[in-house]
Amino acid sequence: MEWMKSLQSPHVQCSSFFDYLLQTRPELTPAARWGGSLPAPVSAEDVQRGYLASITHGTTVLGIKYDQGVLIAGDRQATEGYQLATRTMEKVFKTDSHSAMAIAGAAGPCIEMAKLFSVELEHYEKIDGVQLSCVGKANRLGQMVKANLPMVMQGLVVIPLFVGFDTKLGQGRIFKYDVTGGRYEETDYHSIGSGGKDAKVTIKERYRRNLPEEDTIRLALQALFSAAEEDVGTGGPDILRRIFPTMKLIDLDGVRDVEEPRVASMCDELARVRARQD
Amino acid sequence: MSMPYYVSPEQLMQDKAEYAKKGIAKGRSVIAMEYQDGVLFVADNPSTSLFKVSEIYDNIAFSGAGKYSEFEHLRKAGIQHADLKGFMYSREDVTARSLANGYSQTLGTIFSQEMKPFEVEILLAQVGEQPGENEFFRIVFDGTIFHERSFVAIGGRSEALLAALQQGAGDQLLDIKSALKHCVNALKTVSEQDVAPNGLEVALLDRLRPGRKFRRLSQDDFSSLLS
Repeated sequence: MEWMKSLQSPHVQCSSFFDYLLQTRPELTPAARWGGSLPAPVSAEDVQRGYLASITHGTTVLGIKYDQGVLIAGDRQATEGYQLATRTMEKVFKTDSHSAMAIAGAAGPCIEMAKLFSVELEHYEKIDGVQLSCVGKANRLGQMVKANLPMVMQGLVVIPLFVGFDTKLGQGRIFKYDVTGGRYEETDYHSIGSGGKDAKVTIKERYRRNLPEEDTIRLALQALFSAAEEDVGTGGPDILRRIFPTMKLIDLDGVRDVEEPRVASMCDELARVRARQD
Repeated sequence: MSMPYYVSPEQLMQDKAEYAKKGIAKGRSVIAMEYQDGVLFVADNPSTSLFKVSEIYDNIAFSGAGKYSEFEHLRKAGIQHADLKGFMYSREDVTARSLANGYSQTLGTIFSQEMKPFEVEILLAQVGEQPGENEFFRIVFDGTIFHERSFVAIGGRSEALLAALQQGAGDQLLDIKSALKHCVNALKTVSEQDVAPNGLEVALLDRLRPGRKFRRLSQDDFSSLLS
């Protein structure tokens, strides 16, 4: 029984669920995938030959600050090579009352990381009785990305985008990561994934500081539209099947979803505008 | 050569039990009670940062009486167990029953194998989806486990408290205001001096909350409910 062990060894008495897993059930951690030994890296040719074609990948996600906090959004499409894997994947995850993350990369490990990270934050909060600070959460996520480096050698890249509301500073914050776990704070907005660059260019053209909520949601949708138009991996708004991007707003009161009808009506409106332009 | 002197197992267990009971008798009390929308916890605790009641999982809360370091240890172990189980399987698979069994096993083993038993009494409550589906477990120092209904008290004067709670308890589930008053009155009855609001710790497992049901009530919150 795990908790008998933990009662006898004081070194397990830490606030981190990830460390607890490593010490008691290492087979459940992402790093256990290769039994602790590093596998040979996958060559670029292997990647081109379609080694990764059978692995589900998710694509464009973005974060934008607005006057009350920060918005995070993502498209819904996941691909396996040239095949569409799913049209309705959820890439934006609430991680605790005042933070959320979105992911780009190999879907399986991405979702695993989001799940592990939310348990990590909840565990800390329950054990210590207080939530981690916004920067504390961002740093912890960086360490988890770093622990994932062996998988990157296998071509299983997991890159998160983290947003949170800093209750001390009274503002939203955006953090991006690289595969080595490097953490970089963005001042206004950021977008990652295969269509990330296209989305970012669109945001850059129209962004102003302290935009109201409604305008920020519209800007996020416009950016996701552009990404879907330019990048084959990113799914556009599916008017036919009524599948729309998912979004969350994070402000002083916490995380809330932007309701689907609201996104849907705004998508319809944008689609009409685009049709007129063409 | 010195002879190891013989102590009968009965004597040994009795001594240990007495020792543990003495420790618990010094501990301050905690009450858990059903109300219309969930479970209410009221603890006699003047500290505002060292809690006697805390969250274990979505719909499960923990409370301990006796030695702080020991029930704090058990609280952490419970959170680890619950989070691990929820991570491995699913959030709905974490139940108070399995946690209570774990605590019972742990306390039982410590009581029979260690020199010094834990001087603690533990209370686990799980809020159900419907009124009347709530569960309460009380686990004592030797691992004995009690499955309780409606209300339960642990700590130094738990028996007197239970008697006080029993008085005036109707068949109807109380609303939060009356339930809180009932608990505070019970605490007043068993303690000689008046119970000041700043000497209380109040928490809820609120069925109406989405996701994690546990919530602490600040002093202002419950003072306004009591007035």
